[in-house]
Amino acid sequence: MAAITPRRRAGWATANLVVIALALIPVLWLVSLSFKTPAAVLDPSFLPAQWTWGNYHGILTSAQFLRPLANSIGIGLISTFIAVVLASMAAYAIARLRFPGKSVLIGMSLLIAMFPLIALVTPLFTIERALGLFNTWPGLIIPYVTFGLPLGIYTLSAFFREIPWELEKAAKVDGATPFQAFTKVIAPLAAPGMVTTGILVFLACWNDFLLAISFTSTIASRTAPAAMEYFSGGSVFTVPTGPIAAAAVVITIPIIIFVLFFQRQIVAGLTSGAVKG
Amino acid sequence: MSANTQTVTVGAPAEARPKRKPQLSEGARAERRLGFMLIAPAVIVMLAVAAYPIVYAVYLSLRTYNLALPQDQKFVGFANYGAVLSSPYWWQALEVTLIITVFSVAITLVLGMALAFVLNRTIFGRGAVRTISLIPYGIVTVAAAYGWLYAWTPGQGYLSALFNNSAPLTNHVESLIVIIIAEIWKTTPFMALLLLAGMSLVPDDLLKAAKVDGATAWQRFTKIMLPLMKPAILVALLFRTLDSFRIFDNIFILTQGSNGTGSVSILGYDNLFNALNLGIGSTISILIFICVAIIAFAYIKGFGTAAPGTDIGKR
Repeated sequence: MAAITPRRRAGWATANLVVIALALIPVLWLVSLSFKTPAAVLDPSFLPAQWTWGNYHGILTSAQFLRPLANSIGIGLISTFIAVVLASMAAYAIARLRFPGKSVLIGMSLLIAMFPLIALVTPLFTIERALGLFNTWPGLIIPYVTFGLPLGIYTLSAFFREIPWELEKAAKVDGATPFQAFTKVIAPLAAPGMVTTGILVFLACWNDFLLAISFTSTIASRTAPAAMEYFSGGSVFTVPTGPIAAAAVVITIPIIIFVLFFQRQIVAGLTSGAVKG
Repeated sequence: MSANTQTVTVGAPAEARPKRKPQLSEGARAERRLGFMLIAPAVIVMLAVAAYPIVYAVYLSLRTYNLALPQDQKFVGFANYGAVLSSPYWWQALEVTLIITVFSVAITLVLGMALAFVLNRTIFGRGAVRTISLIPYGIVTVAAAYGWLYAWTPGQGYLSALFNNSAPLTNHVESLIVIIIAEIWKTTPFMALLLLAGMSLVPDDLLKAAKVDGATAWQRFTKIMLPLMKPAILVALLFRTLDSFRIFDNIFILTQGSNGTGSVSILGYDNLFNALNLGIGSTISILIFICVAIIAFAYIKGFGTAAPGTDIGKR
């Protein structure tokens, strides 16, 4: 590359700053809103004139937010766990074993991955009501697992193809059954891929809004993103803007930390297989 | 879909396979059994929770079924389809969805390419820029949407104040612009990541050689990088288009579909939960499904995109 001239340096500095500003300003605005007093919310200045923890105190002592937050965490973790386990089994079979019908399976999960969720909301709503699953944890976990599976199968089989399979053969020579070879040798090697997949599936569950507002009716199973909608009507809060902003920050900050911490895995997962073809 | 080509060898190592018809060796049969056992749970879940409901939706779409009048159910053939397809609401929702999809995907592609360039080439602070640019991807869509909503509320928001206290969310075109901006902000990092992965496959030597031969930066971009990145670009576009077509969260928070800004997903949702009409709602579901299938088909056939995931079998 050519020598780094001051002009080039300034150019890249500007580019970097633009990227950072565009990414951060909308987030900082939410944070700022969450610290505004109910009166200051009606002032359009970017930063609050007076800072208050009131909004956070309000939502973090209200079951209207705490219960949905717990639902989000619980439903997200359970769905992620089930989806990763099932997807690992299927992805191993796809990447490694010879059996007929493999392309049908790939086609099917591809179809589901591209599915418009709304197309499933009406029939699933009817089915869930009939089965008594409406407004329960399983009522959300089951669809979340289903939509996590294609993502999981896709990402994991990309990872599984990178594993040195000679090790498996060696295990088999040593007398291990294919099942033992899977659990004892391959699964530990596949752990990083499973972590990445788990992160992506969890983010998808955590982010979901459509299914969460469609299949829940009370805070018994409503997740955090869906619950924010109902702050407005609640009499607990005078002006909902501040509490909603605070709730938005509360459900966002952990994910941002999470994303930054697992940045490498997420990037690897999102791009795995996508460009290798 | 190209994934459906029946090749038994997909994913199999290149070694010689035992002949499959006469008889399978003990090991091959065990392998086959294990394969079926391992995929069974995933297949059953996907069939039960995705395939069956779609079939059920087809069934419901051929009947009248209103939750407000549960007794009044009967088979009506394609009457629901006639009702939806002759309704201006459907066509307006489809138009809005297509406008949002085309603009947000096109602009996201350009910005994503620019961002990928910065992430790939910036000469300092690359780690920090990479990390921070991922934030919009990580943020919950609904949370970000509330941020945009308040930012554009007159008397409350800095963006509204910046533009003379304007109230864009009370007007059709401006609402669409705000929705598209929210979509672009949220999805550009994802686009950039996919493009960056494609960009990193472009050999540096090639670019250097072209530079020595006197190619301008623009020529190097259009003549070398773009063609080499084509598979990555097409996959990213396909992902984003299908994703954008089902836009729901941003519209729901920003306008609730008022001022003619409802997408097809919003229409389907409203029909289910406000009109309680399962027959019409299912019809809308099926029509959306058909639209998505057409888009995917067009990409795969028209642009020769490898369907995402087909490389699973390709090895």
